[in-house]
Amino acid sequence: MPARIGVITFPGSLDDHDALRAVRLTGAEPVPLWHGSDSLDGVDAIILPGGFSYGDYLRCGAIARFAPIMTEVIRAADSGMPVLGICNGFQILCEAHLLPGALVRNDVRTFVCRDQRLRVETTDTTWTAAFQPRQEITIVLKNGEGGYVADEATLDQLEAEGRVVFRYLDGNPNGSYRDIAGICNERGNVVGLMPHPEHNVDELTGPSTDGRLFFASVLNFLAARV
Amino acid sequence: MADTVQNASETPDQSQPWADLGLKADEYERIRTILGRRPTSAELAMYSVMWSEHCSYKSSKVHLRRFGELPQETPAGKMLAGIGENAGVIDIGQGYAVTFKIESHNHPSYVEPYQGAATGVGGIVRDILAMGARPIGVMDSLRFGPLDAPDTARVLPGVVAGVGGYGNCLGLPNIGGEVGFDRTYLGNPLVNALCVGVLRHEDLHLAKATGTGNKVILYGAATGGDGIGGASILASESFEDSGSAKRPSVQVGDPFMEKLLIECTLELFQAKVISGIQDFGAAGISCATSELAAAGDGGMYVELDRVPLRDSSLAPEEILMSESQERMMAVVEPGDVERFLEICRKWDVQATVIGEVTDDKRLVIDWHGETIVDVDPRTVAHEGPVYERPLARPDWQDEVRGAGVDELPRPKTGDELAETLLRLAGSPNLCDRSWITDQYDRYVRGNSVLAQPEDAGMLRIDEASGLGIALATDCNGRFCYLDPYQGAQLALAEAYRNVAVSGARPVAVSDCLNFGSPEEPAVMWQFSETIRGLVDGCLALGTPVTGGNVSFYNQTGETAILPTPVVGVLGIIDDVAQRTPAGFQRAGDAIFLLGTTADELAGSAWAGVVHDHLGGRPPTVDFDHEQRLAELLINAARRGIIASAHDLSEGGLAQALVEATLRHDHGARIELPSALDPFVALFSESSGRVLVSVQPEARAEFLGLCAVHGIPRTRLGVVTDQPELAVRDQFRLPLARIREAWTAPIRDTLGVA
Repeated sequence: MPARIGVITFPGSLDDHDALRAVRLTGAEPVPLWHGSDSLDGVDAIILPGGFSYGDYLRCGAIARFAPIMTEVIRAADSGMPVLGICNGFQILCEAHLLPGALVRNDVRTFVCRDQRLRVETTDTTWTAAFQPRQEITIVLKNGEGGYVADEATLDQLEAEGRVVFRYLDGNPNGSYRDIAGICNERGNVVGLMPHPEHNVDELTGPSTDGRLFFASVLNFLAARV
Repeated sequence: MADTVQNASETPDQSQPWADLGLKADEYERIRTILGRRPTSAELAMYSVMWSEHCSYKSSKVHLRRFGELPQETPAGKMLAGIGENAGVIDIGQGYAVTFKIESHNHPSYVEPYQGAATGVGGIVRDILAMGARPIGVMDSLRFGPLDAPDTARVLPGVVAGVGGYGNCLGLPNIGGEVGFDRTYLGNPLVNALCVGVLRHEDLHLAKATGTGNKVILYGAATGGDGIGGASILASESFEDSGSAKRPSVQVGDPFMEKLLIECTLELFQAKVISGIQDFGAAGISCATSELAAAGDGGMYVELDRVPLRDSSLAPEEILMSESQERMMAVVEPGDVERFLEICRKWDVQATVIGEVTDDKRLVIDWHGETIVDVDPRTVAHEGPVYERPLARPDWQDEVRGAGVDELPRPKTGDELAETLLRLAGSPNLCDRSWITDQYDRYVRGNSVLAQPEDAGMLRIDEASGLGIALATDCNGRFCYLDPYQGAQLALAEAYRNVAVSGARPVAVSDCLNFGSPEEPAVMWQFSETIRGLVDGCLALGTPVTGGNVSFYNQTGETAILPTPVVGVLGIIDDVAQRTPAGFQRAGDAIFLLGTTADELAGSAWAGVVHDHLGGRPPTVDFDHEQRLAELLINAARRGIIASAHDLSEGGLAQALVEATLRHDHGARIELPSALDPFVALFSESSGRVLVSVQPEARAEFLGLCAVHGIPRTRLGVVTDQPELAVRDQFRLPLARIREAWTAPIRDTLGVA
């Protein structure tokens, strides 16, 4: 039986269909989840997709973080279930304190959509284990509020514990501190990043297929666990 | 106290501000004749806004009718809905249909660039949604004043941020469009937004209110004071004329609400609880109620005080005219109302029953129990004034056409040609647009197979079969100024060709016709010549015009904008995996030029950039050649024998080479045909030409295909892995130097990162 990966739709989620498709194309069973539900429907892993939940009118992710399903997401994350937050999903994970720091408006003050070079800084997470150490990849980046910020102590701690998962290459697109594109929690099961791996699973519609390794990573992890 | 119908009957001589609302004396008289009394102030508000140029097309109607003469059939089959609906619906096979339309939001975008552009996107998306289609992509065609004009630094970043801010938040990929600069657009920027949607044949919905007793439901955002009179005032007169009574406030968009409205509406369609639907565009409730009722077989009764308000102090006239965004109106059978409201609750969308369909063919609107509107809805929606505006070929036209480019000094040496190439590549109309297009999400929904800077945007429709569509918009206003008939045809030919180079078959046309004041005979002549050109062109190509929009009064004082009929062409491709990209793909591929080059430089980028000159006759158009060229490109894509194909337009071969090399950083070694003057070969803007690259092993098959379709081809050279553009006996330019010139203008001039 294939692993079941849930994708949560919040009001204003946009890349939920893309994430569901990426799950399907990489060999798992996609399971749509609704923000207002309090059930995770028995999934093995969870993706919080990109978009503008609640229009991002207050602060990115600040309202979605209080969605009924988030109580279950936090419980599952704490018990070790793989959770991936992409873009708005990353923002929601930060607002929910599953990950430290916050995302602020890009330093260039405009929305930026581009094919972004990244370096995988650690393969010691459930979502990056299938990459080569320090592998350089291209992943679509598209956001208006993607600047990662945290206090110096937190940044030092993330570096020291190997929890900076991705770093921007060839130019920092949004003013993120220390070129950080993605981070993980202490356990390595919760990963958040601004770029969009779900847009990089199909040669026809993405600049690369490097995103497939995110899904391969979590499927390997789930297969090994069972 | 509200001005009731009874009050109007009793006070026939009460003076009314019809002139301030933009009505002419005879139009006001006609309303009185229709009603047999003076209109109430609410009725006056409705008629004035629905009879405005923007809503009634009163100056353009007699000309637009000619589009109806075109066969309502595309090369892919019969249309499922024609131009009379919100947007035509085109059968693309496999049970799918698409609908697309392009619309202007020019005047609001000058007043308030961000919100004007944002709500332009929002409006066209709701148009497509109202057909029962899921919106799947947007494009935008923009025109601004000179790049270095101070006001452009205000308007351009605001418009771009507005297009992106709204479209990105809706989750619609922006897959193309154009940006152009000319001094006539200073004070008259053009923001034309295109949306395309897809539906299954059986899901087509039309805007009409039928079935006596069916409920009329208003859903979406609450109604506020924004955009009151926006349609009639902003779109109908130039700003200098606005009197104090006019409230030219631009609407404010809420894309999050629109995203909910889209998902909610699609679920309502799926649940089959909608029997008629209408989007709210210009003229708000006035438009939605009168158009829905007029299209049905009965009438409609509305209790206006049930409309949810953001501002409780609004008068009924203001509620009728408000252009608050993100609203829709549905006609629902009584038994389906509960299910309808339940789906709206799921999406946190406010929905209110405000009336019902009646059998008396009247539109009756009550305000707190008193009747303030009692009209035949057809007289509001369909029987507005129609003008045969005087038109006259301007006396300056001959002078302009006579002032050709023969006297202009031309570059001679290789160094001068290289210098010209760099100058054009670094000019506002030809330079890199990535600062603009990188503010748009082109990836969302995961079906964008091609997007800017490709010649056409391409979206996959069916993942299993690979069925897809391609779209391009084009218009060279300089050519239209020299000859509006031929200019319109050149725009059509270019958009058609841009779709064909991607490998898709062009099947349908939508247009957005931007002009100066219709009260000027010269402008009306340009307009009528444009329509004539498009109709003749579409007849020749076998493509119907499936929808469109007219924007007049794009004019400051005596100076009208260049006539700008933006033409959008939609194409179908059986398998998007076979698409042809625009940039060179690999070293060793042979480079060919398809088509014939003549000494056609009037109106060209060279004449404009180097000599600030606009005169002479624009390039000729040959639709028979365009069709054969398209067949060649479609067949070549299917058989996989060309590696890249890129349309030649502004800047000619030189600019096409710049774009094809820079796209994936491949060099090229070129030898210009000896029969042509090198300057003409590089910078002529003859139409019907395409730059292609062909893998060596496919060369014989390619040449055979050219012969079959009767397309002249010229071997130009080869794609290289050297980072330079080398033109034999003329010049060699490092790609880095070309890139530097090409990328600089927008970022440097606007002082942005």
